[in-house]
Amino acid sequence: MASKSNATDTGQSTADIAQEMASKRREISISEFFAKNRHLLGFDNKRKALLTTVKEAVDNSLDACEEAGILPEISVEIIEISEDHFRIIVEDNGPGIVKKQIPHVFAKLLYGSKFHKLSQSRGQQGIGISAAVMYAQLTTGRPAKITSRIGPKTDAHYYELHIDTQKNEPKILQESVVEWASEHGVKVELDIEASYQKGDQSVDQYMKETAIVNPHVTLIYTNPKAEQVIFTRVTDALPDKPKEIKPHPYGVELGILMQMLKNTETRTLQAFLTSEFSRVGPNTAKEICQNSSLMPNNKPRDMGREQVEHLINGIKKTKIIAPPTDCISPIGSELLERGLKKEINAEFFAAVTRPPSVYRGNPFTVEVGIAYGGAQGADQPANVLRFANRVPLLYEQGACSITKSIMQTMWRSYGLNQSQGALPVGPITIAVHIASVWVPFTSESKEAVAHYPEIIKEVKLALQEVGRKLSGYVSKKRRVGDELKKRSYIEKYIPHVAQALKEILALKDFEERKVESMLKEMLEKHRGKIEEVAEENLEYDEEFASIGKGKKTDEMDEAEENE
Amino acid sequence: MSKGKQADQKVLKEIDGVATDVYRKILDKMQPQLSMPLRSLQNVTYDPKLGYFELLGKFKERTLTASTVKTFAQTLKMMALSKELVRTDDIATKREAYYVSKNWGDARFNEQPESDMVMDDIESMLMVNREQIGFIPEEKGGDVSGKLVVIDVDPETGKEIEIDCTKFGSGAYSVPSSVEHLQFDTDAEFILAIETAGMYQRLVKHAYWKKAKCILVSLGGVPTRACRRFLRRLSDEKKIPVYGFTDCDPYGIANIYRTLKVGSGNSAHINKYFCVPKAKFLGVTPQDIIDYKLPTHPLKDIDIKRTQDAFKNDPFIKHYPEWQKALKLLITMKKRAEQQALAAQGLNFVISNYLPEKLEHPEKFLP
Repeated sequence: MASKSNATDTGQSTADIAQEMASKRREISISEFFAKNRHLLGFDNKRKALLTTVKEAVDNSLDACEEAGILPEISVEIIEISEDHFRIIVEDNGPGIVKKQIPHVFAKLLYGSKFHKLSQSRGQQGIGISAAVMYAQLTTGRPAKITSRIGPKTDAHYYELHIDTQKNEPKILQESVVEWASEHGVKVELDIEASYQKGDQSVDQYMKETAIVNPHVTLIYTNPKAEQVIFTRVTDALPDKPKEIKPHPYGVELGILMQMLKNTETRTLQAFLTSEFSRVGPNTAKEICQNSSLMPNNKPRDMGREQVEHLINGIKKTKIIAPPTDCISPIGSELLERGLKKEINAEFFAAVTRPPSVYRGNPFTVEVGIAYGGAQGADQPANVLRFANRVPLLYEQGACSITKSIMQTMWRSYGLNQSQGALPVGPITIAVHIASVWVPFTSESKEAVAHYPEIIKEVKLALQEVGRKLSGYVSKKRRVGDELKKRSYIEKYIPHVAQALKEILALKDFEERKVESMLKEMLEKHRGKIEEVAEENLEYDEEFASIGKGKKTDEMDEAEENE
Repeated sequence: MSKGKQADQKVLKEIDGVATDVYRKILDKMQPQLSMPLRSLQNVTYDPKLGYFELLGKFKERTLTASTVKTFAQTLKMMALSKELVRTDDIATKREAYYVSKNWGDARFNEQPESDMVMDDIESMLMVNREQIGFIPEEKGGDVSGKLVVIDVDPETGKEIEIDCTKFGSGAYSVPSSVEHLQFDTDAEFILAIETAGMYQRLVKHAYWKKAKCILVSLGGVPTRACRRFLRRLSDEKKIPVYGFTDCDPYGIANIYRTLKVGSGNSAHINKYFCVPKAKFLGVTPQDIIDYKLPTHPLKDIDIKRTQDAFKNDPFIKHYPEWQKALKLLITMKKRAEQQALAAQGLNFVISNYLPEKLEHPEKFLP
């Protein structure tokens, strides 16, 4: 309204203004968009930028190795160049990237292999590593330096890359063939503006948690203080290779369905349904067509928006069995427990892996591990470790449905303290892992899992399962604790019984001692043997546990400097 | 005096007996036990012919186990202290006994109620009162004025002295913690046992005892054992009736007056001597609230709970339909009235009207 009246005041016609406005409008490339909204990708501040960059590179390396069936060995090195400039070098022993694709993988946003298929992997969108490259370019102006080799008989290729942020296309600054010791793999080198701090949300912590949930990985990590830590793999068994599945009809949305109809090579609707979706056979396909009032021999490419809408409704009306769940590859309760034992000096460990379940047509599995007691603080809120597809989630704990599920679980019945709607309080670490062909994150920086009721329900069921194991232990411990207290009572008060009898009956010293020893014998015989409760945690690794914790004072100083 | 010595000998023997039993059991590799009457309303019965709460046969056994070892040790230690007191003809107040326990190391009491409890246990175990085992309370017995001469002995000379309770002016004679040796001389027609100090003060101020030829006693809440024993001896020996005059609420009736008349569950083992079975209730009755249009306060939840409890568990209330009727009236009105509510009709209304009108019909007093 305001602009309209202004327009008449200055005597300009609306047509003029519209023309003028039109001249200002132009296409926004996705790279430009993200350059301005880098917080959406996890580059909100310098500290987080360091973590995100390392994380994107490591995620890619792990995905590549696992897909190629190679036991991953990844080296991460962070070098402090100047006060807030760091060089990050990540090198893997993966299959390498063919020469032609190198520029696109690293310098074009939304270029990737994982978006269009449904299988459990760390990466999803094809944004992460190119976003890191772009962040490096924006903050230091330095290009990304990539080396890749796909086998011993081929050359290693070296590239220096920029992104043309307007066109979202790679700009090759330099390319050459180089000598490289590794037979195959990729090495990424990025210079970025960042800051390094220890603590809960640090790269150190990320590396450690990655080691916990990826027991088949060896990580060699050198932090900016030139401290090197080697996380050695604890198993040589690669996780079962996640299978790629076709989408399930229940999870598909209108836009995607239209896209699929346009791209399909099938000629009839029925064939389209049976070949592009999982769990749809000829009969189900016919039923869907019937429920949508569409002919099974409609040509997919000719279907209009309205017809697709009918199709969506038809799908909803049709009973279709749940998608196959063997495409999920969980860590396994045993390995999860072992990972926790290495990290936490506790008395009691338990872990469960839930059977797979489905949200919006996407299969997923929840795993929960807990570590209770030991050196953990008794009056602090539970220490929560969140993982999605084997990737630690360090930020946005409050916004995550995992946290919500923990808060909604009634921990009091399992022997912990808890205020309504809060994390339980007690000496406990709770690790939750969600594995899925498509983990629904709340944002592209992949830090919090979205609040799907199916997911929350499964997480809660898993928590309850370990909770029951915990309550068994806690009550046993309490029983033994009471018993020990009672025994100490015997020690404490029997001499007084003997002494009082001595005073009243004028007993001799030896008689007093006799009363004491006979009473002690009698009462202790009555109580029987004490059960052993706490098991010793032999797998605890103190050095490992201290990683990422750092000295608090250092941390504070650095935090102040950053402000 | 020789009678007292005999009683002492008996107590000493009892203590030794209990301790010997414990000692023998231990040597025989059996768990020793202490056994004492259960001290609660559930273990008393009321027979109007006897006139007081009498113990039923329920006993509480304290077997020595890991969870009872502390109290067990404390009980024996307290018995040792008691033996020492009786043997040396000394006394300790309940508070002093609590402080003595501070030398017992881990077996010491943390708070006085704990030591009082153990003391009550021993008392009932030996079926004696605490003065006999050397312990005395701190609280004094109650205030007395009016037509009474108390004959006591001078603690230094041992000579008899006469204390005239009409000669305290606005003050009062104070009932000592032990009253067995006292003798009385009186021509009073009745004893008025008054709950509150305020009402007592008013009656003393106006020398009501002169006008009504009576003895005034201030109970100060639930009467102490000494006060109960004092009233009992006085009324028995001089054949004077005792009239209770309390607030009209469940506490005044079911706790103060009932304890005065028949004793309590907690001290059932000594009720025989420490209550006044012939006492009657003058007021304030629930009917008085209506008759005298007394200003009231609403009954509190705890009052209602106390009454329901009395209906269910108190053998005294259960025995008298009159009391049940009166308490039911109170519950229906949902009101309570204090003694001093009578002041609403004029400050001295209680002297000029209420008491004289009431005393004309002692037969109407509640039992």
